[in-house]
Parts: sequence; structure tokens; C-alpha cells
Amino acid sequence: MEIIKPFSQYLAAMLLAPLLPGIINRVKAFFGGRRGQPALQLYFDLYKLSRKTPVYSRTATWVFRAGPVTGVCALVTALLVLPFAGRPSFLAFEGDFIFLLYLLGLARFATVLAALDTGSAFEGMGASREVQFAVFAEPAFFIGLAALARVGGQTSLSGMFGALTPETWRVAAPVLALLTAAFFIVLLAENSRVPADDPNTHLELTMIHEVMVLDHSGPDLAYILYGAALKLWLFAALIASMVLPRRTGSWAGDSALFLLAVLGVAVAVGVVESVLARLRLTKVPYLLITAFAFSALALIFQVGR
Amino acid sequence: MPFCLRGRPGAPARAGTYAAVAASLAGLSAALPVLLSGEPVSVSFPWSVPLGSFSLVLDPLAALFLVPLFLLTGLGAVYGAGYLKAYEGRKDPALPWAAFNLLTAAMLLVFTAVNAVLFLLGWELMAAASFLLVLFEHEKEQARKAGFIYLAAGGAGALLLMAMFALLGAGAPSMDFASFTPPAGGAASAAFLLALAGFGLKAGFIPLHVWLPEAHPAAPSHVSAVMSGVMIKTGVYGLIRVLAFLRPWPEWWGWLLLGLGLVSCLGGALFALAQHELKRVLAYSSIENVGIILLALGLGVVAAACGADRLASLAFAGALLHVFNHALFKGLLFMGAGAVLHAAGTGELEALGGLSKRMPASAALFLAGSAAACALPPLNGFAGEFLVYIGAFRALNAPGPVAIAGAAAGLALATAGALAAAAFARAYGVAFLGEPRTERAAGAHAPGGLMAGPMWILAVLCLGSGLLAPLLLGPLAFAVGAGFGPYYGFLWGLEAMTPFLYVSAGGFALLGIIAMAAAKRRAFLGGREPAVAGTWDCGYAAPSARMQYGASSFAQPLTDFFQPLLRKIGRYPVISEYFPAKASFSSEAQAVFYNSVYMPAAARLRDLAFRFSWLQHGRLQIYILYIVVTLIGLLLWKL
Repeated sequence: MEIIKPFSQYLAAMLLAPLLPGIINRVKAFFGGRRGQPALQLYFDLYKLSRKTPVYSRTATWVFRAGPVTGVCALVTALLVLPFAGRPSFLAFEGDFIFLLYLLGLARFATVLAALDTGSAFEGMGASREVQFAVFAEPAFFIGLAALARVGGQTSLSGMFGALTPETWRVAAPVLALLTAAFFIVLLAENSRVPADDPNTHLELTMIHEVMVLDHSGPDLAYILYGAALKLWLFAALIASMVLPRRTGSWAGDSALFLLAVLGVAVAVGVVESVLARLRLTKVPYLLITAFAFSALALIFQVGR
Repeated sequence: MPFCLRGRPGAPARAGTYAAVAASLAGLSAALPVLLSGEPVSVSFPWSVPLGSFSLVLDPLAALFLVPLFLLTGLGAVYGAGYLKAYEGRKDPALPWAAFNLLTAAMLLVFTAVNAVLFLLGWELMAAASFLLVLFEHEKEQARKAGFIYLAAGGAGALLLMAMFALLGAGAPSMDFASFTPPAGGAASAAFLLALAGFGLKAGFIPLHVWLPEAHPAAPSHVSAVMSGVMIKTGVYGLIRVLAFLRPWPEWWGWLLLGLGLVSCLGGALFALAQHELKRVLAYSSIENVGIILLALGLGVVAAACGADRLASLAFAGALLHVFNHALFKGLLFMGAGAVLHAAGTGELEALGGLSKRMPASAALFLAGSAAACALPPLNGFAGEFLVYIGAFRALNAPGPVAIAGAAAGLALATAGALAAAAFARAYGVAFLGEPRTERAAGAHAPGGLMAGPMWILAVLCLGSGLLAPLLLGPLAFAVGAGFGPYYGFLWGLEAMTPFLYVSAGGFALLGIIAMAAAKRRAFLGGREPAVAGTWDCGYAAPSARMQYGASSFAQPLTDFFQPLLRKIGRYPVISEYFPAKASFSSEAQAVFYNSVYMPAAARLRDLAFRFSWLQHGRLQIYILYIVVTLIGLLLWKL
């Protein structure tokens, strides 16, 4: 019976992830006074795209085709080490978050190369910006995780989040609050949301992620969209387990609470997206450096405590 | 041998290749058992040089450096046989082959000598042989400049090392390492600093790196592979030996190493991003990787000085594993860059593009090397960095200074990793993907089997030593034990086994999931033929190769951000009319340290030297007088 739990947790993450973009869109529609797309729109899109025939550029090589597959698989593998509701994942080991960090790096590398493979100026632009922001986002994320490791004295993701309890919030509230803020900023930037990027402007020179995948179509695009949903889930799950570490004692209760928190993060993203404007492109590094400052401050607080 | 066969066409190259391959096989058969069993082997020959003895010891630490040495020289020789064919008739093949084999032999001496005189002999031979190889294309001004800088750096390094050995061996009965007694206090620190500077000039960390980005690109590509993969590691090797000898370590040594490592790994990655030539990108990436090794050593020394031995063992093991892994992937990358030079005649990124279609296998292999260099799982670059990361994270839960060292090391690794990923995405994307930017790139062709074969072998080794990293635990434990003390070797094996097994499992899981997703994609397509069209690009009717994003534009957001450090020079057009017809833009990455630190210092030194020019007037008699006076002086002193 126990073996079922990590498996069903993993399956739940895989199945529910495409719900998050739908929720964000509903929240944005609510703020805009529109009815908006159905919350399940991404599921329909994925189904539709998987049945289409892709179009490939004459310029592109196998790198272009391998990009989406590698990208989504890196995230599916990353989910293997992601704890669920403070419960251990399949693969929980010392330093597993390094593995996760570099899997995200692999996904990015594959996407960037696939974009450059089309030989287009637009996609090259997106790729260039993507790697630029990663240089600022990765240290922020890393130092944040380091601070969290120090909070619980743990060195695996499952251990770090498993050690969090409401008691931790009482003892180390400033640290956790700073980390939540930092991770949320990293979430926004890594998942190409406002204010770092705008997922809605497909035809502007200022966008990042969307422009990299302009030339993908059919099942390849489905993989990309699904991978993006998984990435959003990954960050939302980390934030959710941090802000709501309540333990009801039962697995079902914990899981339900955790899922609610994840959906709550998606709502928060939607709210941010509705009330904030995009930053100018050159200002995005400063936003990420702010996140880094939050993380570093959290680490300093924690070391000094 | 290649020299003796100079008269016959083709014979020197053949002799050189066969000799190198045979030596590499023989060397591997000696080094591998030592690495696997942990039992050192030693030989000694009579030698009549004063203070010298021809004694060699092959212990697991030396073996860990020798295995990549023999792998790269053996594979490099096969590759070189193909690579140098392009120069047939233009260049005398005897010299490069003789120098290549001499370089191999010299490095073998450096890694195994246990006598200071013998070690220095090997060291100087290595410098001389590689100098000849850097000057291979001496008709190019760039190569001559590189050779000169390289010679100066090598000479300065050797002088520092002589001073260090003189200091260590001052009271010893012979110059055998075994007879040295570790100095204490100030003398130990002086020896450490001399070793750091002397070996550092070979290892090429910032700020002692100026020769590296000049010399590595100038040499033929298989030599660049050996130089970047192994030769710069002789500096790391020497530093480790000296560190192991000078115990106990004061904490500030660790901080110094950590600081230098931090600057090198960040600076190397950042400068790599700004380079416009493929081999220069790789050379700066080598500086980054030496920085990572140094960072790990520094973390280990700080931890050991503070009594955190388990942590130190992890950091040391991470440093050594990265030495091994870097040799494999950097060898592969330089060979890949050589294939590009061979095929397109240039390594300038802005002149390349679209090579993936023209040389698919080499492109795929270069991609594997790039991914390994970015430490992406499941390739081998990840394994070594992972160990350093674990060490860094353990350090975070330790008290005081160790925690700070851990945070600094982890942060530097994460940032350098992101920068390196940007640099390699740029180099690979611009050179191999998209459309060719010039005729030369469009006319590129795949390299022959002699060049492709070694690259395949290295790529397989990169993947294998990444996926099967747990198998390297035993040999690595022996090497750490031989280098830093058996205690550390024993500790490290215990500490790292479990995470390594998991990482390996994760790597296999990743490959399995990729296979499944690829199969699923095929099922989605259901046998339908994908449509082929021009790049859509938001509806550009006639995209041309010149509209692609280039190397400078790709790096621009980051290089602009770090402009104060990079001091990139951009030349923009001055627009003076309303409808300017022509515009041009060029940008150039400067060798910042070379231009703003070393050149002024060298000018100052030259001015100083001119004051003594009255000593040197070209009259032979007076030179002979100098020699006689010196000899008599020495004789009187000895009496």
C-alpha cells in the first residue's frame, strides 16, 4: 500500500499540471471582466495538437525535433525528486535539488538550441534573453534552496520540505517569508509570466519564451506546452509546501491541502499578472537580482540565527 | 623517431602515430591496474646528474592523471593523423610529431617523478615541446605572439618552481621528495605561495591565465585537446602534491584557493561568452573548469583546517573527479572544433553556421561535449560538480567559516554553470545550427574516419562515466587517499556512494523517459510525413542567412551587463545622412588582463631592464669573461 502513495502523488502532479495555466487564465479573465477560456483549455489544446501534423523548417535539423522531447522529459524526470505535500518523492537523496536544478538547465539548453536551429532572428532573440535571465535566476534559486537546507539541517528536497512545520514558521518567519518572495519571483521569471515576460504577446519583440517556440507545431508544440505546465507545477509545488506546511496526520488530508495551496499559487500568479504591467526588458535582471538579495538575506539570517 | 624518417614521404607521420598509440596503450596498461588496485608501482634507474635520481613512482593519484593523459594522447595521435593531412606538402610533419611524442613523455615524467631535478627536467621538456607545437603555424602573426607569451609564462613558472624546490630542499640530503622535511610557519607559507604561482602559471587560473587563450587555439587541434585536457592539469597535480606535503594547512590557504577558484570559474565562463572564435571559447571554458577544481580544493582545505574532514574528503574527491571528467569532454570539444577548422577553414563563429547539416556526426558529438561541459545530466560533467555541490551543502550546516566557504562555492558553481550554459548554447547554436553565414561554411564537409573515430570514443566515455559514476568510486577513493591521505580516501567512498547511486538512477530514468517520449511522438505522428517549409518566423517571406542572430547579438544582453569587466570594444557607424545606405558594426572581445595588467607591467620591466643594457653589448670576449668570473666566484664560494 505504501508503495502506491509516491506513485499516485507523481501521477497526480503529471495529470493536474495542465490545470494551472487554465486557472491563471480564469483569474485574468475575471479581472478583465471577461468569461475567459475554460479552465481545462490546455487539456483540449494538448489533445488537438497531438493529432496534428507538424511543419518543419528546411533549415532545421534533428536538434529542432529533439528539443521539445528533451525539454519535457527533463521536467518529467525532475518531478521524480519533487516532494508532494511534504512527503518524500520517488528519488529523494542528498543533493537531489542540484539534480533538479541541472535538469531545468537541460530543458533550457534543449529549448534554446531548438530555437537557434531555425536560423531566425526572432527565435535567436528569445534564446539570447532566456540564457541571460537564467544567469540571474539560477543563483537566486540556488541560494534560496541553500537557506532552506540550513533551516531544517537537511540536504534533500524531501527532507527540507518534510522538516517544515507550522512551528518552523513561528521560529523562522522572516527567513521563510523572504524565501517565499524570492521563489515567487523566480517562478514568474522562469515560467515567463508578467512582469518578466508576457505569455500573451506572441508577436512582439519583447517576449522571451513564446518567441523561442514560434516554429514548433503539432505534437512538438504539445510537448512544449505540457513541459511549461510541469515547470509551473514544480515551482508552485515548492512554494505551496513552504507556505502551508500544515500536517493533518493523514495522507489524504495533507494531499488535499497541498493541492489547494498549489492552486492558490496559480491564483496568485493570475492576480499578479492582472494588476502588474510588464517590466522593460532591461529591468528584468534587476527584478531577479532582487530575488537573489532576498535569498541571500534569508541565508544570512539563517546562518546568524 | 619521426625525425629519423624525415626523408620518406608519409613515414614521419606514420611513425609518430604508431609510436604515440603504442605508448598510450602501454601507459594505460600500467596506469589502469594501479588506479583499480590502489597499489603504487615504483622504478628507479641510475642517473649521474648531481642531486638528481631517476626514480619514478606511479601511485593512484598519478594514475588518475595518467589515464586521461594516455587516453587523449593515443586518441589525439589517431585524430592528428587525419588532421595534419591537410598540411601535407606545406609543413614538415616530423617536427609536430616528434614534439607531440616528446610532450607525452615529458608529462609522464612530471606525473611520476619523485625527484625535484627530474621533475623540473620533465617540466621544462613539457614547456619546450608544447612551445614548438604552439608555433606550428608560425607564419601567422597570432601564433608567434601566442608562442612568445607562452614561453614567457612557462619560464616564469619554472623559475618560481625552482625557488620553491630550493626552499623545500634546503636542508635535505638529496632532492628526492621523500627526503624533504615539511617546513613550518612562514617558510611553509612561502613555499605554498611559490607553488601556487608557479603551478598556477601552468594551470592557467585567473589572473595567471593570459597565455592560455592565446596558446591553446594556436596549436593544432589534437594538441589543444591534450594541452587543455591534461597539460594544464599538471599544474593542479603539482599543487595537490605540494598541499599534501605541507601539512597542517592554515585556513587562509583555503580561502586564497577558494577566492582564486571563484574568480576563475566566474571569469572564465564570462569571458568564454564574449569570445568570437570557437577554440578561444573552449580555452576560456578550460579556465572556468580549472577554477571549479581550485574552488573544490579551497573548500576542502578550509573544511580540513576547521576539522570538518568528511566534508573535505567530498571536496577533494570532487576536484579529482572533475580533473578526470574535464579531460574527457574538453578533449572531445577541441577535436570537434578541429573538425570545424578542418572543414570550414575558420573557427570564427560569425563566419560559420549550418554545420550540423554538413557534418552531422561531428555536430552531434560536439553537442554531447557541450552538454557535458555545461554539467548537464546524465553526462560526466555533472558528476564532479555534483560532489562539490554536496560538499558545499554539507558545509552550510557546519559552523562559522566553513558555512561561508560552502555558500560561496555553491553560489559560484551555480552562476558559472548558468554562464557556461549560455556560452556553449551560443557557440554550438551559432556554429552548427541555422544557415551557413559564409560560402566557406556552406562548403564544409564531414571529417574522415581517423578524426571521427576518436571523437566517438570520447563521447561514449563522457556518457559512460556520467551514467556509471558509482563505478568510479573505488579508483577515486584510492586517488584521494594517495593524494591527501588514506583517511580522506576512506571517508569519501562512504559519504558519496548513496547520492551517486541515485544520480546514476536518475540519469538512466531520464534516458528511459526520453526514449518513451520519443516513441510516443512517433505514435502521435502515426506515419504521417511532416510538412517541410521555410522558417516561419512570424511570416517573413524571404529569411536570409544574414538575418540570423549571430554570436555577438546572442551574447549582447549579458556582455552589456558585464561591460565594466569585459571592456568589449564596439564600432558603430556614424550616421550623417538621412537615408544611410551602408552600415557596419563590429565588436571585439578584449584580453582584459593582458592589455590592462600585463602589458603595462611588462613595459615597466623592460624599462628597468634597459638600465642594465650596458652589460650586454654583443662582444663575445666579454661574455666569456663573465662566465669565467662567475665560475671562479662559485669555486671560491665552494672552497
